Amino acid sequence: MSRRKPNSSQLAIVNRNGEANSRPMTKRRLDFGERWSYAPALETNSYIKLRNRYQLFINGRFVSPKSGQYFDSLNPATEEKLAEIGSANKEDVDLAVKAARRSYKTVWSKMPGRERGKYLFRIARLIQEKARELAVLETMDGGRTIKESRDIDLPLVAAHFFYHAGWADKLEYAFPGRKARPLGVAGQIIPWNFPLLMAAWKLAPALACGNTCVLKPAETTSITALHLAEIFQEAGLPDGVVNIVTGPGETGSALVNHPGIDKIAFTGSTEVGKQIASVIVGTKKKLTLELGGKAANIIFEDAPIDQAVEGIIAGIYFNQGHVCCAGSRLFVQESLFPTVIRKLRDRISTLRVGDPLDKNTDVGAINSRSQLDKICELVDSGLKQGAQLVQSRARLPAKGYWYPPSFFTGVTASQSNRSCQQHALRIERRRLDGQGEQNFQDRKPTARGRSLGEHLQ
Amino acid sequence: MAEERAAAFTRRSIKTWTKLEGLELVVSMMDLTTLEGSDTPGKIAFLCRKAMQPLDLRYQVPSCAAVCVYPNLVKTAKKFLEPSSVKVASVATAFPAGLMPTKLKLREVRGAVRDGADEIDMVINRSDFLAGEYERVFDEIAATREACGVAHLKVILETGELQTYDNIRLASEIAMRAGADFIKTSTGKISPAATMPVTLVMLEAIRDYFYETGIRIGMKPAGGIRTAKEALAYLVMVKETLGDDWLTSALFRFGASTLLNDVLMQLVKVADGNYQSADYFSLP
Repeated sequence: MSRRKPNSSQLAIVNRNGEANSRPMTKRRLDFGERWSYAPALETNSYIKLRNRYQLFINGRFVSPKSGQYFDSLNPATEEKLAEIGSANKEDVDLAVKAARRSYKTVWSKMPGRERGKYLFRIARLIQEKARELAVLETMDGGRTIKESRDIDLPLVAAHFFYHAGWADKLEYAFPGRKARPLGVAGQIIPWNFPLLMAAWKLAPALACGNTCVLKPAETTSITALHLAEIFQEAGLPDGVVNIVTGPGETGSALVNHPGIDKIAFTGSTEVGKQIASVIVGTKKKLTLELGGKAANIIFEDAPIDQAVEGIIAGIYFNQGHVCCAGSRLFVQESLFPTVIRKLRDRISTLRVGDPLDKNTDVGAINSRSQLDKICELVDSGLKQGAQLVQSRARLPAKGYWYPPSFFTGVTASQSNRSCQQHALRIERRRLDGQGEQNFQDRKPTARGRSLGEHLQ
Repeated sequence: MAEERAAAFTRRSIKTWTKLEGLELVVSMMDLTTLEGSDTPGKIAFLCRKAMQPLDLRYQVPSCAAVCVYPNLVKTAKKFLEPSSVKVASVATAFPAGLMPTKLKLREVRGAVRDGADEIDMVINRSDFLAGEYERVFDEIAATREACGVAHLKVILETGELQTYDNIRLASEIAMRAGADFIKTSTGKISPAATMPVTLVMLEAIRDYFYETGIRIGMKPAGGIRTAKEALAYLVMVKETLGDDWLTSALFRFGASTLLNDVLMQLVKVADGNYQSADYFSLP
C-alpha cells in the first residue's frame, strides 16, 4: 500500500514500497532550477564618480607620469573601460622614493607615536564613512562580489587602520627591553585579489611604526588604491608619507631595484616572489614575502559531512578562488567518496554566478582576461591528464570574464600539482590508515602548501 | 557552522516579483494554527474562513494549506473547510508533552482521523528520546503512522527540548525511517521554537534520506516565525538546500498564526504601493 498520495502530477512522489515509481529511483538528483528565481538586486553605482584618468600619487599630489603613458583599467564583469591609469616608470618611482625619504626624515619618523596614531584613526574613520562607495568601486574594478567587498573587505580595511592606529603610541611596550624604531622607506607591492585590504595590511602597520611607503598596486586593480590616496589627502596626512605608483610589472621591478628602499613587502605569485628574493639577496634591504599556496582539506570518515562541505566550499570558491590559501586540494577518505562528491556537486549548483554588483551573487567575475586564460589552460591540462571535471551549469553572462565553479575527480598525486591551481578543486580518494598523526604524508608541507583544513569528529 | 550557513540565507536580497511570488508561496504553505484551551467553534469558524480566503479577492491571494487545531475541534473545522482544498490538521498523541500511554495516543489519532483530519501532527516522546530509548520512539511513530491510515503524518520533534544538533539530526532520522511524511520542529508551546539553524539541520537530514532512498520527506518549521522577511529567508533556505521540488505546500509548511497577517500586509503593500495599518487586517 502506498502511504503517500501524490498531490499533483507535477509532484509525483516515489512511494515507499518501491512500486509504481513515478520517478526512477536512480534519479535522486536535487533540482536547483528556476522555480522562484531571484530578481536582480543590484547595488546602485550611479553615484560613483570615476575620473577619466587616474594619475600617480607622489608627495601628496596627483601627478602625471613622466612617460606620459596610461593603460586602461577594465571592469572584468563587463569588459568596459573604467578609466585610464598612469603608468609609472623608473623616473616616477625615483621621485616617489625620494618624496618618501624626505618625509621620513623630516616629519614622519620624528613625530610622536600618538600623533601618528591620530592620523591613522582619522583615515580609519574616513574609510568607514566611504565604505559603501569603496566597496562598489572594488567590485567594479576587480570583479569580486559586492557581498564580499561590502561585508568582508571594507570592514576589515577600516579595522586594520583602527587596530594599528592603536599600536602607534604603544610600541615602547611591544618588545620589552628593546626599543622599536622605524626602518625607513618601505616599497610595497600588492596583488589584485583583495586590492584595498592588501593595501591596508601593508600600509597601516608600516605607518604606525613611523615608516613611509611607496605602494605599487596590481595593474588590474589600481583604482581603489587611488581613491584611498584621496582619503589620505582628506585626512591631512603629511605629503610624501604614502606614495602610490601604478603600472605594470616593470614599475614593481623599478621599485624593488631602487637603492633608496629599506624594505620590500610583496604579496603575490611564487614566481615573482622568487625573482624579488634573488634581486634583494646581498643588499641591505629587508624583505617579506606572502606567496601563493595550494592548501589541502582532508575529510575523515567520522567528519560531520555537511559541515565539512561548507568548509570546502568557503575554502575554494570564496572570492572566485582568488585566495592565496584557497583550499584547492581535497583528500577524501575512500568510504565517504561518493557521498562527498554528490554533496559537492549539488552544492556548487546553488552557487550563483553573475553580476558581482548583484547582492545575491556568490561567485563574481575572474579578475582579468589573462587569469581566465590561465584557468582555462590549467583545466585543459587537467583534462588531458585524465581527470574528470565536474562543473556547475550556471549560466554565464555573455560579456566579461567568467568561469563556472568546478572540481576535478580522478586525480592522482603524480599529476601536475598546478593542474587546477585556481578556481577549481581537485579531489583525491584516499585510503586513510588510522587518523590523527599517522601515516598521512600529504599533511607534510608540500611545495605549495600554505594552510590545511582537517575535518573529523 | 549550521548557524553561519543559516545566516547566509537571511542575506539573500528578495525583491519585486521574487518577493511577491515568495509571499504567495508562504501563504499557500501556511498551516494556520490555533492551539489554545480557549478555542471555541466560533474562533475555529473564523480561522477557517480566513484560511480559505485570506484577503479580499481582488488581491488573488491563494488559500492556506491547512488549519491546525486540537482533536476536539476537528469536526468543526472539517465542516467549514469541507468544500475547499484547505486541509484539516490535528495535533494528537497527547500534545504537547506526549506523555500518555501509547494506547490512548493511538486512540486519539484514530478518533481525529475519523472526525475528518487530513493530517496528524504528532509529538515524539522526548522523555523516551532523551533517556536513550530510541526504539520506543521509533515504534510509537510507526504505530501512529499505521493509525493515521490515509492521513498524512507530521512528526514534531520539539527541537527546543532536544539540546543538541546531533539529537535533532538523530530524531529526524528516526522519524523519517518510522514513516513520517513531514518532520516538524516544534509544538510552539516552548521556547525556542523553530530557528533557522535547527531547520537547516533537519533539511539536511531530509536531503540525506532522499539521496539514500529517493523519498521526499516534507518539512514544517513551526512557532517563532512571525515576519514575512523571516518566512522568505526560510524559503531561500529550502530552495538552496533541497531544491525546487520542495517549494510546494506538499513538501513544505509553516506552522504559524501571527505570521499570516504580516505576510498579507506585505502583499497589500506590493499590490497597492503602500502599507495599511494592522487594524485593517482581521485577527488571526
